[in-house]
Amino acid sequence: MSSAEEISNSVGENLEEDGVEEENTVEEAEMEYEEPVKGGYIFYRDRKEWADLEPVPQDDGPNPVVKIAYSEKFTDVFDMFRALLKNDEKSERAFALTAEAIDLNAANYTVWHYRRVLLQALDKDLREEMKYITAIIEDQPKNYQVWNHRRMVVEWLNDPSEELQFVAEILSQDAKNYHAWQHRQWVIQEYKLWNGELEYVEELLEEDVRNNSAWNQRHFVISHTSGYSDPAILDREVQYTLKQIKKAPHNESAWNYLKGILHDGGLSSYPGLLEQVTELQDTCSSPYLTAFLVDLYEDALETNNSSYDQQETLKKALELCKLLAEEKDTIRREYWNYVSRSLQNTYGSGHSSDEEPRGRI
Amino acid sequence: LLLDEHADYIAAYGSKKDDYEYTLSEYLRMSGIYWGLTVMDLMGQLSRMNREEIIEFIKSCQHDCGGISASTGHDPHLLYTLSAVQILSLYDSINVIDVDKVVDYVKGLQQEDGSFAGDKWGEIDTRFSFCAVATLSLLGKLDVINMDKAVEFVLSCMNFDGGFGCRPGSESHAGQIYCCTGFLSITGQLHQVNADLLGWWLCERQLPSGGLNGRPEKLPDVCYSWWVLAALKIIGRIHWIDKAKLRNFILACQDEETGGFADRPGDMVDPFHTLFGVAGLSLLGDEQIKPVNPVFCMPEDVLQRIGLQPDFTAHFVCLPINQTHLIQLISSLKETPGPEMGVRKGRHTKCAVLGGAQDQG
Repeated sequence: MSSAEEISNSVGENLEEDGVEEENTVEEAEMEYEEPVKGGYIFYRDRKEWADLEPVPQDDGPNPVVKIAYSEKFTDVFDMFRALLKNDEKSERAFALTAEAIDLNAANYTVWHYRRVLLQALDKDLREEMKYITAIIEDQPKNYQVWNHRRMVVEWLNDPSEELQFVAEILSQDAKNYHAWQHRQWVIQEYKLWNGELEYVEELLEEDVRNNSAWNQRHFVISHTSGYSDPAILDREVQYTLKQIKKAPHNESAWNYLKGILHDGGLSSYPGLLEQVTELQDTCSSPYLTAFLVDLYEDALETNNSSYDQQETLKKALELCKLLAEEKDTIRREYWNYVSRSLQNTYGSGHSSDEEPRGRI
Repeated sequence: LLLDEHADYIAAYGSKKDDYEYTLSEYLRMSGIYWGLTVMDLMGQLSRMNREEIIEFIKSCQHDCGGISASTGHDPHLLYTLSAVQILSLYDSINVIDVDKVVDYVKGLQQEDGSFAGDKWGEIDTRFSFCAVATLSLLGKLDVINMDKAVEFVLSCMNFDGGFGCRPGSESHAGQIYCCTGFLSITGQLHQVNADLLGWWLCERQLPSGGLNGRPEKLPDVCYSWWVLAALKIIGRIHWIDKAKLRNFILACQDEETGGFADRPGDMVDPFHTLFGVAGLSLLGDEQIKPVNPVFCMPEDVLQRIGLQPDFTAHFVCLPINQTHLIQLISSLKETPGPEMGVRKGRHTKCAVLGGAQDQG
């Protein structure tokens, strides 16, 4: 149960208690309200404290054809919200109402906007707000508004100290939550919290080696810290990736990562890579491995790598393309036929030296 | 393909009683209307929608700052500003709003690093870069922003796998890739994309079921049939998808009883997935549906009327531009290896059509 719900319930309860007291002591007051509905909840339109406001109904356009039936509570809260907006009211009760509105529809960006205006106008305790937004996100982690709001509060407080742990919490429930990762990257970059992130990424990859977000984060961390130009670092990464591939050969993310980090250096000239990958063919074969070999051979052809026999390399590459198109990756046969044709046109016998190679590598 | 059922579903959407979902989605109403109108127009059924009511509604959503909100009483946002401009383009009624103010609003959201915020609260995302240039392009006012910086920012979001995320370093995601390739198409910078590398990443989204996912190791969803397919079309690699299998997947997402499309077979339908299912089928060449423009996700004939339609499947969009800009664009084209580039005068005066040859291979 999110604490937002607890907040709005407690507000409702307080008012109900007041109402009961009034009912007992003042006769006239009895006439002013209807019986509470649905187990104690009193609609805002019936609350004395809100009597000064005229609820503003939903405007569905100049000539609404059919009246739409909404949930009553939803209508009640949002009618009152619109009234507050219309009067540009900046008060505690307005602030409390935003929590109710958010509880009913956390995707409504105008309510969040208004809440932020109130946070500033009323000089609210931002630490309390952090607790609030934490609960909301835990309840609804796949919503742009809630993360956006949290970012603003962190910025206002200029305090990122809870963020990494919080995001890790959310990721433990869904390790690929795109919003969570964006927030994490923002925090790390903004407040320079790179320390320990690589370790965190490794933990996640231990849990699920196919987590594409974690592989992306690995690249993010390294490119912003040590970089890949140091051969020791690059080799560490290559070996790490090959190790993960051995654990789970059919892993697009790992192969993408391997290709991505070696892109600049040239696949065919990386010492020992061809041997290591070829070795994997028996036990860890996958369309990705075959595709990687095609890329490697293509790089050898493109760079006219003297360690490779050009004719043999072209032949092998074409064989692999055929294998992929006809057997191993038939859903992408158009692509593999394209690669085949390009290789043939560019490097086949009788090709013109003016031909531009494909822009893949 | 149950086109009549889908048209009935959309025509009736929002007029049903008890539609809690409709109320809940008020915060995105402008986009909801755009989805509904566009899919109806693609099916040749636009006349069933209430043009006058919608236009009045849009007028009531433009704020003093020029920006347009999702609905009355909501705050302006770039997302809904684009949807509104798209709707008014469909209806050829762009001048019912203050166009100059819209342009000012969009321009005002550009940041120093070239990125665009979604609204005054400062969320940065490449989605908003796309919204900004798409809006300005439809209004013929691309020249008001700092183009170089805008392009620089989007390119800084290109990842090691050739894809794009929402901010620099963010994981590649099909939705973001659609926005970025659309952006680069509008700004005449598609040559900066490694079409073979990105095309491969995109066609890797196709799963054995034929459906497309948005990132590695995620589930397929009909809306990715749009994001992925449109991006492939923009970069001239759409034939790398197994079209028959994808078509079968999309069709399986229809609901025979209610009409409309769901995210995957058996789930609940909604207008969002209905548009992208139909638009995806259009891109795949279904002749019962009007051709859809892969950059704007609007019928091609609408863009033709505005003067944004090149004559062939091209990499660039026709822009009303001045002489200097034209010369700059031509020189940047000439630097691009690969497809033949041609420049010729379009049917509409003051436009130059810049285009590339048909898909390679």
